[in-house]
Amino acid sequence: MCLAIPGKVIEVFEDHGLRMGRVDFGGTIKKACLAQLPEASVGDYVLVHVGFALSLVDRAEAERTYQLLEEMGLLEELKVPEGPA
Amino acid sequence: MKYLDEYRDGRVAAKILLEIRRVTTRPWTLMEVCGGQTHSIVKHGVDRMLPAAIELVHGPGCPVCVTPLEQIDKALAIASRPHVTFASFGDMLRVPGSHTDLLRLKSEGADVRIVYAPLDAVRLAQQHPDREVVFFAIGFETTAPANALAVTRAAALGVTNFSVLVSHVLVPPAISSVLQSPGNRVQGFLGPGHVCTVMGYREYEALAAHYRVPIVITGFEPVDLLDGVLRTVRLLESGPVGVQNQYSRVVTRTGNLAAQRLMWSAFEVCDRKWRGIGTIPKSGLRLRYEFRDYDAEHRFEVGALETREPAACISGQILRGLKKPHDCPAFGNACTPERPLGATMVSAEGACAAYFAYGRHREEAVR
Repeated sequence: MCLAIPGKVIEVFEDHGLRMGRVDFGGTIKKACLAQLPEASVGDYVLVHVGFALSLVDRAEAERTYQLLEEMGLLEELKVPEGPA
Repeated sequence: MKYLDEYRDGRVAAKILLEIRRVTTRPWTLMEVCGGQTHSIVKHGVDRMLPAAIELVHGPGCPVCVTPLEQIDKALAIASRPHVTFASFGDMLRVPGSHTDLLRLKSEGADVRIVYAPLDAVRLAQQHPDREVVFFAIGFETTAPANALAVTRAAALGVTNFSVLVSHVLVPPAISSVLQSPGNRVQGFLGPGHVCTVMGYREYEALAAHYRVPIVITGFEPVDLLDGVLRTVRLLESGPVGVQNQYSRVVTRTGNLAAQRLMWSAFEVCDRKWRGIGTIPKSGLRLRYEFRDYDAEHRFEVGALETREPAACISGQILRGLKKPHDCPAFGNACTPERPLGATMVSAEGACAAYFAYGRHREEAVR
């Protein structure tokens, strides 16, 4: 029920005073309300739930989290003490 | 898809699993709060990848599941009226009331429509001024702003043939209810990522401090969920309580303040009954007084309805993490998604229905 999907804003428009956008979800394009996300503009990724944009996807945070996860283990391997010579 | 696929990478998942094994020194019981997380965990078998010392129990965060039978019966009573067009999210259509469900009513000729967005229901009302359009406004904090928008938009546009049947619930009081249950086993929580995109996590900091439990706000993909487990176990193993934000690509501490303002412009806190659990004080939302004209319960005068749940159902204990689907003798036999006996079987995000969907009813309880 709380399913929300990240998509790319490809157009911003007004519908009788309401700020709306067209959002591309991997090829499927749907309308979403952008009224509560005034900072979102074309090219941004937004998280959409029931036609309502909840938040921007923070690229720097997404990359940082992922990099931490990717490096996990690799760094652990470096920490393994070397055996006796 | 960007920001989804990379969080399904098996290589990264394997690394996190190794790290979870490394940091775990004793048994821990964690609860994922949100039904979307439960579904993803069972679908991807995340719980079965974990070391045996870590048990995941499933929380009360499926709004379809916990919508009380009385509200479903009210929805059915309203949808049966000949001048009503009843609009709902698709998940509610198969949820059985005392005697029937919305899908069956639709097949018998009632005007029941599935909408993707609450605003679509307002548009239906504009397109059909001769009909009374009623929208079933259910959900957690994630959905509350979108539902609030439908009401405020209808009011602003002067759409008078639109109303909402509200059954909104809030996550923090449910977490309190879990922690206050006699026999509670939950030691740490994977917090509800999408609820927190709206609300932020300040409320969870208060919960973590009060009950001295770690809460890690967590996303929904397998890598997110494993990372959430790892962070929770690290907090448990090293002692400090508090809140961590695993889902920082979309969640901030304060959340979406504009969405919160919109939500509070239409709704206020009230006591709510949860299917399977009972009434939890201050655990729901109702329309504010100034929007009473848009309240379907006010407009259609559906009185208090008497309902009874099957005695065999243990969903109340499952929703609090005290039991799991295999602990119920009816699971997969007398109780299936086709003929559900209670809350956790009525929606795909309920623990029982998720276990059933991925074939676990054919297995013995593994842990």
